[in-house]
Amino acid sequence: MTRIVNFAHGAFYMVGAYLAFTLTERLAGTWGFWGGILIAAAVVAVLGALLEIVLLRRIYRAPELFQLLATFGVTLMVQDIVVLIWGPEDLMGRRAPGFRGAVEIMGQLVPAYDLLLIVLGPTVLGLLWLLFHRTRWGVLVRAATQDRDMVAALGVNQKWLFTSVFALGVFLAALGGALQIPRDAVSHSMDLRIIVDVFVVVVIGGLGSVTGAFLAAIIVSELNAFGILIFPKISLVLVFLVMAVVLVIRPYGLFGKAEGAQRTSLGLSIRPWRPFTQAERIAVGAGVLVAASLPLFLGNYALTVGSEILVFVLFAASLHFMMTVGGLASFGHAAYFGLGAYGAAFMVKLFGAPMEVALLMGPLMGLVGAVLFGWFCVRLSGVYFAMLTLAFAQIAWSIAFQWVEVTGGDNGMLGIWPASWASKPAAFFWLVLGVVTVGVCILRVLVFSPFGFALRAARDSTLRSEAIGIDRRNVQWAAFIVAGTFAGIAGVLFAFLKGSVFPDNLGIPISVDGLVMVLLGGIETVSGAVVGAVVYKALAIWLMSQTEMSKLILGAVVVLLVVAFPKGIVGFLEDLRHRRRPASPPAGFKAAKVEAAE
Amino acid sequence: MKTSVKVALAALVLATGMGRAMAQDIKIGEINSYSGLPAFTEPYRKGWQLAVEEINAAGGVLGKKFVVVSKDDGGKPADAVTAANELVSSEGVVMLTGTFFSNIGLAVADYAKQKKVLFLAAEPLTDAMTWSQGNKYTFRLRPSNYMQAAMLAEEAAKLPAKRWATIAPNYEYGQSAVAVFKQLLSAKRPDIEWVTEQWPPQGKIDAGAVVQAVAAAKPDAIFNVTFGPDLVKLVREGNTRGLYKDRVVVSLLTGEPEYLDPLKDEAPEGWIVTGYPWYSLKTPEHDAFLKAYQAKFNDYPRLGSIVGYLTMKAAAAIITKAGSTDTDKMIAAAEGLSMGTPLGPIVFRAIDHQSTLGAFVGKTAVKDGKGVMVDTVYRDGAAYLPSDAEVKKLRPQN
Repeated sequence: MTRIVNFAHGAFYMVGAYLAFTLTERLAGTWGFWGGILIAAAVVAVLGALLEIVLLRRIYRAPELFQLLATFGVTLMVQDIVVLIWGPEDLMGRRAPGFRGAVEIMGQLVPAYDLLLIVLGPTVLGLLWLLFHRTRWGVLVRAATQDRDMVAALGVNQKWLFTSVFALGVFLAALGGALQIPRDAVSHSMDLRIIVDVFVVVVIGGLGSVTGAFLAAIIVSELNAFGILIFPKISLVLVFLVMAVVLVIRPYGLFGKAEGAQRTSLGLSIRPWRPFTQAERIAVGAGVLVAASLPLFLGNYALTVGSEILVFVLFAASLHFMMTVGGLASFGHAAYFGLGAYGAAFMVKLFGAPMEVALLMGPLMGLVGAVLFGWFCVRLSGVYFAMLTLAFAQIAWSIAFQWVEVTGGDNGMLGIWPASWASKPAAFFWLVLGVVTVGVCILRVLVFSPFGFALRAARDSTLRSEAIGIDRRNVQWAAFIVAGTFAGIAGVLFAFLKGSVFPDNLGIPISVDGLVMVLLGGIETVSGAVVGAVVYKALAIWLMSQTEMSKLILGAVVVLLVVAFPKGIVGFLEDLRHRRRPASPPAGFKAAKVEAAE
Repeated sequence: MKTSVKVALAALVLATGMGRAMAQDIKIGEINSYSGLPAFTEPYRKGWQLAVEEINAAGGVLGKKFVVVSKDDGGKPADAVTAANELVSSEGVVMLTGTFFSNIGLAVADYAKQKKVLFLAAEPLTDAMTWSQGNKYTFRLRPSNYMQAAMLAEEAAKLPAKRWATIAPNYEYGQSAVAVFKQLLSAKRPDIEWVTEQWPPQGKIDAGAVVQAVAAAKPDAIFNVTFGPDLVKLVREGNTRGLYKDRVVVSLLTGEPEYLDPLKDEAPEGWIVTGYPWYSLKTPEHDAFLKAYQAKFNDYPRLGSIVGYLTMKAAAAIITKAGSTDTDKMIAAAEGLSMGTPLGPIVFRAIDHQSTLGAFVGKTAVKDGKGVMVDTVYRDGAAYLPSDAEVKKLRPQN
């Protein structure tokens, strides 16, 4: 409703379940059980409200996706915190008093608790409907959903309105988690299990439609239940296939309506992008030279880490091209990264091709994937676009995961090592550096090419750009393909760096990593992704090696960076430069660019 | 940030240099999914810590201190390769050990082959580890998928049940466990009929639907491979809907404390399972381990504890027998290495680098509100491996 892309919803669901577990263990009896569940949900709702006040309010002015980044940081932290508090073992809560048994319906035993939930679902739906349609608060919320600024202009304190909506959402999430304890085990990975399903449900139903979400939830669970009986082999894909079909036929979900035109911030046009000046070019070139000289004094491990960071620089740069220049935020960019990696693996394993051939042919898989998926995706925009890219990525992932005969399934494909001339870490580092530098340069040149301008025009105003003869879909499709191909190149390099390819390479975590890198670097900059990738990946690898609480610290750092630099690191530096000395770039900025080249 | 990256890199270089300067220690690299799967890896870590303490109390290895450098892989194969690289290139470890997930084990095994480092896999179960993807540098401690399925198939063949259903997570582990179980059981009992197969997605089981589908096929017995949260849901739904009444369930790994304990008083009764009944083992070797473990950690051991303990004991035994930390010498020493363990003597087979560590087979029961294994028998792994000729066919010979 508030258009907050809340990644932390799954975390609240999980905390609700954990808290309810503790409370129902402490409080005895029927009242203890149900009271415990309600108290748990209420406590989590208060935590959610606090989070909204302390964290999210600060960044409403930042680009929308920043909320995703902030809540992603929170999610990372919560995963480690629950293990710290509740220990690593799966916990199994009590059964609901009075609902332990089963009821016989048409010869089948149906658990009584399931029947209770069947009643509870529509009740909550009804209450929500009443709340939104019969109270003043509900009217205000619906108004704010349609036009936030207008409601604020009419004198409604929208801050508290949002806080209350957010708290209500969190309350329901925690209640959902708490109600799971008589059926499910409470574990520290349950947030990820639920969050993707929830996004899918909301999108199939249509944003802003509670009824739609309810209906979609029924469809999704029926698919899960029957899909497994009828198509056991594709059970993982089925839900995403349905989502893809729904979005292709009804671009705004089953019950959604076209989004009202949002007032886009004018920040973009105030300081137009411009190509590097001569001095900056020299600085970048020097930076590349410095990077190229690293193998002379760094050890093998540092060089391999350097190669990995460079690979993600290219991956983030390709996603950045699509997100910033094209205005298309993809949640499934890892698909093309992974397809590239699998492309290389197929070349090596099935055709016995040498590394050089695989390097050329591998990205073609990413390209083909992008051509195919992109054609569907560019028909949508905004969150729906993001979700369709996610659906396609999940479909690709499921195929890699379940088609064991060809892809090796979960066990992946092994033995994808570089040719002997590139097998030394230093040689491979130079190879990666060369490819990545050329790749990032090409992407940058594209930004300032006529194609890049057309793309930016289509992003800023579809109507006006179409009026001057720019075909939005074709331009965006082309951008999608470009980004997918470069992600594919990054994927091929990654496969040879690691020596193996796994379905993980197509998975949601890599897509999310890419988003985080772009956002950290600064979404409204030309080359922020490069800096974001270097910072995030170096930090992640270093923390992983130094501590087991890496998620906690990484999450905290992400949250801090979001609050400190709402425009991203490079965005912040550029602001600084323009505020202080409008004419000549200060040293700090050059340093950033040097790093950018690395 | 530039400087901080540089500082970090410099620190790494420095650490490498220091590692070389203090060459008095023998360093073992260890990788596991500490943040991804703490329920198993925490007891596992305690296990190897105990082993390291014992090894050093007995004078170390080759007169030097035995040190373990441990890294987290976060449950991702790519990160495991990064960690392996750090251990080998910058920490200067003499061998790699550990890993839990099959895909991570395979990724590290492939890395070991490429970099010519010995890798002692602790936990991954996939048969590919020592057979289809086996290599000269990789050894494995735990009884494989095949071995445990074979133990259960032997028990299953004694049952009168004729109509069998299977429930397994839909990925390589579940698929290969079911394939081996079906093949071995059908070979022993040609009269058996497989009435239904259920393949819930790992971690996302819709237990109600699975239970209904199995019940509809009216099997006499069920073979289950699910574990963790999926198992909890399956047990609860099945109990409520009466699926396990008058049916025998044969279940892989369910007797391991990691999976049995969370079920508390709802643990199923009478299931035939593989596992680790630490509470009922009465051998002097196991008593000594149990006492030492409880004294150090004030906690009872899980299966992970014994795996971690044996991993480092085996690593030390390999180096001691080789008399050197040269990889080729260590491989030669490890092939055919025999050692005593709290569970019984084991041998690392030269033919496929698989240890003959076995598992306990028994029935589940509920005692004092907790799930336990009763009537347990230790099955020596050596008896549940295919013939040498078959292994030679399965494993690339080089």
